[in-house]
Amino acid sequence: MEGTAVRGRLNDQVPRKTGAWQTATVDSVLDETPTVRTIALAVPHWPGHQAGQHLDIRLTADDGYHAERSYSIASAPGEPVAITVERLDDGEVSPYLTEELRPGDEIELRGPIGGYFVWDPAADSGPLLLAAGGSGVVPLRAILRYRSEVGSSVPARLLYSVRTLADVIYRAELARPADGVEVIYTLTRKQPAGWTGYARRVDQAMITEVAWPVAMAPLAYVCGPTNFVEAVAADLVALGYPPQRVKTERFGATGTP
Amino acid sequence: MSPISRGFHRRHTEAEPAGRVPPGQYVTSDFPVLSAGPTPHTQLANWTFSIEGASAPASWTWPEFQALPHETVTVDIHCVTRWSKLDTSWTGVSLDVLLDAVSFDDPYVLAFCDGGYTTNLPMADLRGGKAWVAYSYDGKPLPAEHGGPARLLVPHLYFWKSAKWVRGLRLREVDTPGFWEMYGYNMYGDPWKEQRYAGD
Repeated sequence: MEGTAVRGRLNDQVPRKTGAWQTATVDSVLDETPTVRTIALAVPHWPGHQAGQHLDIRLTADDGYHAERSYSIASAPGEPVAITVERLDDGEVSPYLTEELRPGDEIELRGPIGGYFVWDPAADSGPLLLAAGGSGVVPLRAILRYRSEVGSSVPARLLYSVRTLADVIYRAELARPADGVEVIYTLTRKQPAGWTGYARRVDQAMITEVAWPVAMAPLAYVCGPTNFVEAVAADLVALGYPPQRVKTERFGATGTP
Repeated sequence: MSPISRGFHRRHTEAEPAGRVPPGQYVTSDFPVLSAGPTPHTQLANWTFSIEGASAPASWTWPEFQALPHETVTVDIHCVTRWSKLDTSWTGVSLDVLLDAVSFDDPYVLAFCDGGYTTNLPMADLRGGKAWVAYSYDGKPLPAEHGGPARLLVPHLYFWKSAKWVRGLRLREVDTPGFWEMYGYNMYGDPWKEQRYAGD
């Protein structure tokens, strides 16, 4: 690190350093849905991370070809590093990570990366509004796990837009939310019989119902495909959320980079 | 020595044009959107582009800016998240035109934007036909999610330096980190040297 004298001012003055490439070992893999897998990694020199950051993965083929991609970290600070990867059928890296990679395999990574889309309970006590589109739930899950880990009582709502119930990532975990956490689904494509929840794409009416009142000084984290993030962020700003209280992370039609 | 990922191989077999794609990048035909907060929507009536910190500052309104000499350029762009997009077409005003309107000897700038975004650049990278303030993409007004009404276009650096929603430049005697640079991204960002993060 940069030394204690400047610690308190890291945000203002001293650019953060990202660690060098290192070799991690796959500890375990867990299929979350038919196309989504969580990969737990043993990282020998992990400097620690904040809830919401990401890391870079590098794969090397036997002919020396490299491919690198960024993935959100799914685990809370202090937990072993894990990523959750959605398979993109035309992707180069995600099919390998979700189908080929096995426990014991070595993989190169560097990180953590990014420092804006992070939740720091010591710096902000506003209620959390977390909005996820599809695999955009990954960094928000890290935030929820961190909230439990530090024993925060900040109220939190997760609005999770997903095509069908079968596409829900972390379904068992989200079915038992911690005290003070509400999970609200909108199933945009298919709903089970008797479904009483939201069944449409997010819109202003839904955001108005779900979002904490502006007077509570809420902090919003929005992650998902571009059209989802654009819609939710614009709806929150229309409700009166100051733009600097709405943090976004987007991925385009090509998926998470 | 990188460990070999058993069973991993190059998926995209079509040859990428030689010398056009920096290391670690892949070519996409999409135009992904990446930004840290809500998309600002600035009324053109309130829009200005300013250069601050010179002995006599300069500022243009939207109509004044549109009346400046402009050019259409076709360039390749490279995002630090690893996508590159080739042969993108932009119309805008060269930074040479804008910087010629002020006198200064500061070697750096900090670009500032609606929404609070900033990014730092050496002056040398803005001069000599290498940088523009672009207001049109592919022959149409630049969409807000891609930085409209106007964004910086500095295609020889990673694309976070091409600040969306740009409103002006602050001249700097020393190189001051901007938004992403403060969070650990490289101060310069040369894609051909893979200067993604601080220290690269």
